[in-house]
Amino acid sequence: MIRSMEETSPEDYRDIGLKSGLEIHQQLDTERKLFCRCPVLPYTDSFDAQVLRHMRPTLSELGEYDGTALMEFKTRKDIVYQINKNTICTYEIDDTPPFELNRQALEIGLEITMLLNCKLVSEIHVQRKQYLDGSIPAGFQRTTILGVDGWVPFRGRRIDIVQLGLEEDACREVSDMAHRRVYLTDRLGIPLIETVTAPQMRTPEEVAAVARVLSRLARSSGKVRRGIGAARQDVNVSVNGGMRVEIKGVARIPEIPLLVHNEAFRQVSLLEIREELLRRGIRAGGLSNAVHDVSSVLRGTAYGPAAEALQLGLGVTAVLLRGFAGILSTPTQPGRTFADEISDRVRVIACLDRLPNILHDGFQGESLSASEWDRLRGHAGAGPKDALVVVWGGEDDLRTAVSEIAIRAGEALEGVVNETRQSFSDGTNGFERILPGPNRMYPDTDLAPMAIGHDLIERVRSSLPERPWEREERYVTAGVPGESARQMSLSPLRHEYDRSLQESCYGPAELMHFFLSTLNHILDEAGLEEIPDEDLVQVLALSGEAGLPIEGAEAVLRRLLNEGGTIRETVARTEVPGRQTVKTAVRKAMETLSTWSMDQERVERYLTGRVRRDLEGLPGGAEVLTVVREELKYAAPRSTEGG
Amino acid sequence: MIALYEDRFKGYRGRSLECLRKFDVGVWSDVEVRSTGGDFRGVVLPRSETADDAHIVLKIHNGYNVGIEVDTIESMIERGRIEAHYKIPEKEFPFDPDKPDVKLFGTGGTIASRLDYRTGAVIPAFSPGELYGSVPELADICNLKTEKLYGVFSENMGPEQWKGTAEAIGREIENGVDGIVIGHGTDTMHHTAAVLSFMVQDSPVPIVMVGSQRSSDRPSSDAALNLMNATYAAARSDIAEVMVCMFGPTSDQYGLLHRGTRVRKMHSSYRSTFRTIGDIPLAMVTRDGIRILNEDHRKRRGDRKVRINTAFDPRVSIVYYYPNMQPDIINSLVDNGYKGIVIAGTGLGHVNKPLYPALRRACEEGVHVYMTVQTLWGYVQMFVYDTGRDIMELGVVPSANMLPEVAYVKLCWALGQSHDRDEVRRIMCTPIAGEITEREPYNGYIILQGGIPEVEEFLGRYNR
Repeated sequence: MIRSMEETSPEDYRDIGLKSGLEIHQQLDTERKLFCRCPVLPYTDSFDAQVLRHMRPTLSELGEYDGTALMEFKTRKDIVYQINKNTICTYEIDDTPPFELNRQALEIGLEITMLLNCKLVSEIHVQRKQYLDGSIPAGFQRTTILGVDGWVPFRGRRIDIVQLGLEEDACREVSDMAHRRVYLTDRLGIPLIETVTAPQMRTPEEVAAVARVLSRLARSSGKVRRGIGAARQDVNVSVNGGMRVEIKGVARIPEIPLLVHNEAFRQVSLLEIREELLRRGIRAGGLSNAVHDVSSVLRGTAYGPAAEALQLGLGVTAVLLRGFAGILSTPTQPGRTFADEISDRVRVIACLDRLPNILHDGFQGESLSASEWDRLRGHAGAGPKDALVVVWGGEDDLRTAVSEIAIRAGEALEGVVNETRQSFSDGTNGFERILPGPNRMYPDTDLAPMAIGHDLIERVRSSLPERPWEREERYVTAGVPGESARQMSLSPLRHEYDRSLQESCYGPAELMHFFLSTLNHILDEAGLEEIPDEDLVQVLALSGEAGLPIEGAEAVLRRLLNEGGTIRETVARTEVPGRQTVKTAVRKAMETLSTWSMDQERVERYLTGRVRRDLEGLPGGAEVLTVVREELKYAAPRSTEGG
Repeated sequence: MIALYEDRFKGYRGRSLECLRKFDVGVWSDVEVRSTGGDFRGVVLPRSETADDAHIVLKIHNGYNVGIEVDTIESMIERGRIEAHYKIPEKEFPFDPDKPDVKLFGTGGTIASRLDYRTGAVIPAFSPGELYGSVPELADICNLKTEKLYGVFSENMGPEQWKGTAEAIGREIENGVDGIVIGHGTDTMHHTAAVLSFMVQDSPVPIVMVGSQRSSDRPSSDAALNLMNATYAAARSDIAEVMVCMFGPTSDQYGLLHRGTRVRKMHSSYRSTFRTIGDIPLAMVTRDGIRILNEDHRKRRGDRKVRINTAFDPRVSIVYYYPNMQPDIINSLVDNGYKGIVIAGTGLGHVNKPLYPALRRACEEGVHVYMTVQTLWGYVQMFVYDTGRDIMELGVVPSANMLPEVAYVKLCWALGQSHDRDEVRRIMCTPIAGEITEREPYNGYIILQGGIPEVEEFLGRYNR
């Protein structure tokens, strides 16, 4: 069953038992990397040298091989790292042991751990988290836990934070073709924090909303990196009867809801497929399949991919899946069917990455001819209840592919498989690897355990910034409207706002308007990105002292930006014009009106704006509007001139 | 009983031990911990002996380890036990009568290793079954038998282990093996390679030393590939010498076979740390074949005639000369009964004048003094400057282009055979295993300098 997000209500998600959690990766704004002294520089595609590595699975600390590790090993990839001399030293390419953990990163990490109300660990143990996909040249990521069991407020309830980890960032994949995967190393080793929430979100929209809360929180520390790729989300999704599936590397929060939705219903579809198979009498572990070399049967075929494979001397094999008729055509996501689940595995694990890489007898589209299918079915002994999957490739890859087809088909009896999946921009997802378990963790023998120390904890705690939701609440209590309070609680100017509140005589609401709206206009007019922070607070403080309304402060700022000079002088020569000046200005402005055919409100807005511009924003809009209304009352409507 | 009891608190001492005892939990207990810092659930792990006594280590259920301060713990309740069984899946190494027989000797090092909770570091683990379990490709190359000779870090290798290894090699050759691989820690691998080059003479089969720069507990380890390359070289190459087989570049591409007397570890951590000094390597090796680079090598033979000579007098020292070195350094060696001194001199083989009387005294008192160069590349040339001639006059013998460490082990070996001045000199100055070469090829000294455009171009074109 798949359906659109629009026609799905929160109750529907409740009915299927949607549970979703987040793992948010956020780079920290440090000067250097986490375990070496390389500078953190902007991303670049240029590289000076390349290193080649292979990855082999190793044992976990408790003596187990990790399932993902073994799967990755089957793929046997050449992994190439492109390295830039400015950002990579011998540490990142795993030719030098780690240096001491970056203190700056630790402090920022601790700060965010505290902001998340987590319990701090007392001693840091750096662990190696294995990644055999090669995304880290060492084959593992150095990672450590700073805190567990935190929470953030969300819509009147709490979302639990399972843990917060501090770790080094991995490589960016450039390409992955056949048995060669290429990575850029420009972000490798940058410190990041991983925040893991409990699976407590119940609708796709909630997942995105919580991601925003956490992103706000990290940003409120002011010490995290911004920009593309600086924050990435992994989303965990499960439904009733399903398994946890992790969707990796979602770069933008707005993409989250559709991904969650589609994954939820993919799982529902897989569970339905399982039911259907059970109904057909197939039991878990009881799938019967048979493999047939059909190269000779298909000699001379017009079906392009198979013909090409035969021409290159590759093999073509058919896998018979007993009782699977129609199953492979069952939709699992928009535009995707169960056959894609199989195709993904063949692509990732057998490295047959030219699509299509498989063909099945229920496929509607370019396919073998009907008589070829008949011959194949005859050759393989396929009955009407069976499905046939054809796959082609070189000998070794084909062997892996055939085994993966049988494995994935067999897993249909389990329903949902514990997988890590990659997100696509259309909101669907595809197989990436089997979800790794705790077995991939191994203590880092290169670094000794490190006690965090009470002094450090106290130092960080004493300078802990206000949490955004606390700040927001404070603003609301002070009388600022909710939306503005929320906006300001996250604004980079929040500290200036707070100081202005202290140091000037203006009220919370008018200052809020000044910071959130007026300021942007003034900067736009002056063509500036930002102004020095100190000036802003001083402009407001001195303008207030001089008895100017807040519009006076606006005028002072405009003059400063246009004409320069000191704040004190500018404040001194800024006066609020008297009522008569305003009247004159209004009348002058009325002269410019070519027509009054506009409605009253637009006329008022136009006149007020114009007068305020002429008088450099002084006096306030409300006051000008009063005069405009008075003047308009006395002026008779003119006849329309022109259009 | 005591051992068991201590095992229960592996690595814990002082306050942390007290805490575990108090709550009656031990290592591998799956516990619920209540602390002022919060509640934790996890398995108590052994603690490194060098770590403090203020924390208890827990593996929490997502696989992460965390340390909890003892003073904050209010209670610990055991909910079960989860014990680690660290074991590489062991599989019997298959036998194929058509494949060559290789013997792998283990001396220690990180070719195969596991975690040691006592020190928190990795320690070696080693058996043919384990090796086959973790590097099954070995079975495509040869029939492998293994024997653990020692289990020491390479810095702890010494005369006793060297002699024992040489004798073990002799036995195996007589038993008819087709090649020998020696697993060894990398730090002193070149010392052992050199000493074995002297102790094992005229070997009819390859003797290949191998190790790893990245322990085999990590996915990117060079251990497996090094082992495959070394085993291949031992089983299939026709180079019947003592060699070191380690990564050529840092990339997983090919290994290099270095002559045991010309090889040196040149970087503290790089994979491609071993380099042939003053010559080119003997060959490149991959799982697919061997490419000979240096035709001047001893060939594999069918006979079993090997001479083992484990003579060794350890009373030898290396003196790394530096400006302003005082004569008391030399005097103290003489006074302490040293019989041989290898000087790593500056430039062509020089030391300062204040050392002359001490060197003269050393020679007069029967200490054998040999000059090598701390530049590593190049020959000792003591005729070029008066300084050199003066030093020779004192009785110091130039030792051509022998590497300082090689001259050291060779002098030990020579003194083990004779203390006669001329005889020792004859042994030292006669090349036995390529430790002295007649000529240095033009490409025997290449240290590419990064930053130079043509070098950068090269680095951009080939995997490092």
